[in-house]
Amino acid sequence: MTRTMTIKQALNEALKEEFRRDETVIIMGCDVGVRGNPFGITLGLYDEFGPERVRDTPISEAAIVGACLGAAATGSRPIGEILFSDWITIGMDQLVNQIAKIRYMFGGKINVPLVIRAPVGAGGGQAAQHSQSFEAWFSHVPGLQVVMPITPYDVKGLLKTAIRSNDPVLFFEHKRGYEIRGEVPEEDYTIPFGEAVVRREGADVTIVAISIMVHKALAAAESLNQMGIKCEVIDPRTIYPFDYDTVLQSLDKTHRLIVTHESNRRSGIGAEIVSQVVERGFDLLDDHPVIVAGLDVPMPYNRQLEAMVIPSEEKIKNAVLKLMD
Amino acid sequence: MAKTSFVTMEETLAAIEDYKREIMQPLTAPEGLSGDQILKMYRRMALIREFDTSVKGLWKQNYIYGLAHSYVCAEAIGVGACAALRDSDFITSTHRGHGHTIAKGGDVKKMMAELMGKYDGYCLGKGGSMHIAAVDEGMLGATGIVGSGMPIAVGAALSSKVLGKDNVVVCFHGDGGTNQGVWHESINLAATWDLPVIFLCENNQWAISLPYKKASKNPRVSDRAIGYGIPGVTVDGFNVFAVYNAVAKAVERARSGNGPTLIEAKYYRYIGHFVADDERYRDMATNAPWTAFDPVERMCRFLVENGGFSEEQVQAVYESAKQEVLDAIEYAKTAPEPPLSSLYDGIYSPEFMEILKSRGEYVL
Repeated sequence: MTRTMTIKQALNEALKEEFRRDETVIIMGCDVGVRGNPFGITLGLYDEFGPERVRDTPISEAAIVGACLGAAATGSRPIGEILFSDWITIGMDQLVNQIAKIRYMFGGKINVPLVIRAPVGAGGGQAAQHSQSFEAWFSHVPGLQVVMPITPYDVKGLLKTAIRSNDPVLFFEHKRGYEIRGEVPEEDYTIPFGEAVVRREGADVTIVAISIMVHKALAAAESLNQMGIKCEVIDPRTIYPFDYDTVLQSLDKTHRLIVTHESNRRSGIGAEIVSQVVERGFDLLDDHPVIVAGLDVPMPYNRQLEAMVIPSEEKIKNAVLKLMD
Repeated sequence: MAKTSFVTMEETLAAIEDYKREIMQPLTAPEGLSGDQILKMYRRMALIREFDTSVKGLWKQNYIYGLAHSYVCAEAIGVGACAALRDSDFITSTHRGHGHTIAKGGDVKKMMAELMGKYDGYCLGKGGSMHIAAVDEGMLGATGIVGSGMPIAVGAALSSKVLGKDNVVVCFHGDGGTNQGVWHESINLAATWDLPVIFLCENNQWAISLPYKKASKNPRVSDRAIGYGIPGVTVDGFNVFAVYNAVAKAVERARSGNGPTLIEAKYYRYIGHFVADDERYRDMATNAPWTAFDPVERMCRFLVENGGFSEEQVQAVYESAKQEVLDAIEYAKTAPEPPLSSLYDGIYSPEFMEILKSRGEYVL
C-alpha cells in the first residue's frame, strides 16, 4: 500500500519509525524538541520519545556536531540537526577533522554511525547566510557520505539508510522542497546509497540534476519535449557515493551532458561530476558538457537579483537548446 | 501548541516576581543627562517601536521579503547603550538589528528602503533586514549567525587600541549567543588584551523556542565574567536609564584602557522570535503579564510623572517619530530597485573587480 505525503511528512515518519525500531537512536539540535523543528520535521518526537532521546540544545553547533561523534563512538546512533546548513560551518572542525577521519586514524576501531541533517537551498529572500548548499565541500572530504534526496519516497528510504549506516552522513534537505508531494509505501524500506534514478527517459540530452534542480529539470524537459527534444533526467540522490554508471549508460544513448545544481558553480559538485564523466567516458560525448549552476556571488536579498543567481528552468532549457543547436 | 510546553503560567508569574525582586530598577534620570537628551532617547525608542511594529504588516503585504526579527520590547537596551556612546564609537549587532541601527543614529528611510530591497537602502538592497548595517554611523552590521558579532567587536576594539584611537565598541548579543564557543573565545581575548569593548548581552530569556534556563545551568549570564577576570553586572533590560548607567560606567573603564565589561540586560521577549513565528513552543497567554514592563510605556510614564514634561509634549515626540516612520515607508515603497547590473558589485573591492572583469569574469 502507498500513500501520498509531503517530504516533510516522509522525513517525520522515517524518524519516528527509526526511533521505534532502535532505541539507541537519539536526536539533538536547536528547536528539535518542544517546537518540533521550524519546518515541523521533528513534530511529535519529543512527546513520543521524551527529553532523553529528543534533546533541545543551546545554540552550540560545534558542541552538537562533536557530541554526535562522541555518542556515535560509544554505542548511540545520534542525529544532529543544524537549523540552517549555512551554520554547519561552526561545527566544521568536528566534521572535517574529527568525524570524517576518526575511524581511519584509529585503525578502523571506531564506528561513526551519525547523521547530520540540515536544510539547504535558496529562495524567499533569506540572503547570504541562510541560502547556501555545501554539498561540494563535504564531498571533498574522504570519510563522509553526502545525501541530497528530493522526493518523499527517497527522503524516507535514504534517511533510514543514513540512520542505520555505520559511517557519518550529511543529509541535506532542500527547504523549498518540504511541501513536495509523492507516494510513499506503508511498509518499511531503505534505499542504498549510490544508486541514481532516471526520472525521465529521453534520447537527446542527459541532464544530471541535484536536489531541487531535479524538479526544474523535469519541467524544462517537459517543455522541450513539446519542441521535439527528448531529455533524460537523472537524479543521483546521493552525492557521495555517486552513481556514475547510470550517467554513463545514459550518455551511451544521448552523448550530451548537462549537470545542474543550485549552489554556485565555482569548484562546485558539477565540476567534479563533469571531470569524472570525461575521464570515464570521454568517447561517449559528442559535445562538451555544460554546467547550469548558481552564479558565483553571495546570495543577494533583493528579489530580482536573487532570481538572477538561482538557476531556473529557463536556464536549463536554454542550455539544452544551445547544446542541440 | 505542542503537548509539551516549557513554561506554565505559574512559572511565568513566579519569574515575574523574581524579576521585580532581583532585577527591576526604578526609572531615575541619570546625572548629567539633559532634558533634551532624555527626550531624544525617548524619541529613538518610539522610532524603534513604530519601525518594527510596521515591519510585520509590510512583510505580510509582501513589501518586505525574507525574514525579519523585531526589536519591540528591547528598545531600552539599544537606546540606553548607544546614548552612552560617541558618534565615533562602534557597535556590532545581531539578527535583531533594526533597533541597534536606529539607536546608533541610523536613518529610518535608508533602513526601510533596505528592508524593501531597494537601491537606496543601507546595503543597496543586498542585505535586507538580517544584514542591515550603517557603517558611517558606526553600526558594523547585523548578522544571521548567532554569536558571530563577538569576535568582530573584539577586532574593532583592537583597531582602536592599535591605531591609537579612543573609540570603544559595544557588542550587542543575545542569550542564545552565550553558548557558542566563539562567545567565550572572544571575551577571553578581549579581557586578556584589555580591549575597549563592552559585551552587552540582551537576555530575552528565549533562544527561539528554548528558555535560557534550559540552555544554561546558571541563568545569570553576568556571573561568567568572573571566569575571565572582568566586571560583570546584570541590569533591568526594560529600563533605559539602568542600561545607560551600566554602559556609561563600562565605557569609562574601556576608554581609560582598563578593558572590557560584561553587561547582562535582562528582559523578556513577549513577542514572536520573527515575523512568522507561531510561538507553538509556548502558551501565548504567558506573554501578557510581561507587557506590564513595556519599556516604551515605562519611559513615557517617567517623562510625564517625573521628567518634568507635559503629556502633550511627550505625545508630540511620539507622534513625530511615528510620522518619520510613515514617511520612510512611503519613501521606500517608491524608491528604485537595484539595477540588475549591480548584481556583482561589491564581491571584491572595485579595483579588483575591474581586474576580474578584464579577465572575462563577473561580466553579466
